[in-house]
Amino acid sequence: MAILNLYNELSTFLILGALLFGIGIYGIVTRRTLIGMLIAAELILAGASLNFMAFNRFAAADPVTGQVFTLFIMAVAAAEAAIGLSIVIAVYRHYKSIDAEDTVHLKG
Amino acid sequence: MTPTMTNPTLFSVEGMVGVVFLVMVALTLTGAVIACNSVRLVRSVAGLILCFVGVAGLYFFLNSPFIAMMQILIYVGAVAVTIAFAIMLAAPEQKKKLGPMGPLAGPLGFATAALLSGSLAVLVWRTDWPVREKINDGSVKNIGIQLLTDHMMVFELISLVLLIAILGALVIARGGREG
Repeated sequence: MAILNLYNELSTFLILGALLFGIGIYGIVTRRTLIGMLIAAELILAGASLNFMAFNRFAAADPVTGQVFTLFIMAVAAAEAAIGLSIVIAVYRHYKSIDAEDTVHLKG
Repeated sequence: MTPTMTNPTLFSVEGMVGVVFLVMVALTLTGAVIACNSVRLVRSVAGLILCFVGVAGLYFFLNSPFIAMMQILIYVGAVAVTIAFAIMLAAPEQKKKLGPMGPLAGPLGFATAALLSGSLAVLVWRTDWPVREKINDGSVKNIGIQLLTDHMMVFELISLVLLIAILGALVIARGGREG
């Protein structure tokens, strides 16, 4: 049962990270609402962190560095979500819509 | 610590660990697909939470329970809840139907995503990644020591970035509010 030993392979995690990245790209391209795009961007960040953690576990000499990097990605993702959502709320207050195609004027 | 090449049977301890790993992978991918494909935004946040719990499980398998806990605390506890609040504040309850996307947007987006992740997967498959000898065990104690010595700058920058993000979010979201 080699399939039960997948968690000891580096490439399993890397391919999972690539899949998460691809699903996130698909979401960003096809979503119409700003919040949907933000959710897809979170998926892309999750794929990137998974890559860092996989290399950290299997290939890096110092297994702390990747964890610190992933922690930094999480903090940046939290900041990005906070700023992005407050922009979404400001846009909604002005246009009464969160459709990405309604917000075409730079100056409100 | 070193990857072993044994083939465990299903009903041994290693086999059950493998089953749990497959469940985590399924959770992650199902959650991601739900997050990108559901029509209602609330369901897509639920899918995002599912995906993040699965990724936290994968971090457990990557020998870092600390990052797994942080994943659940920060992403599931903070980011997903923030997105849920923003949906409640801003999503217009399907009053205005979103217009059609154009017939090519779905297939072209799928083709782009498939091309990207497929080429990344082929790259992963063909590369022989060099493996280095570990110099410490990556425990929480070591993370703490290195955060306050080698990675001091990162530690300080995280707090600065979060402070500026909080202030910026307040400033942006307050503007234009009546009363």
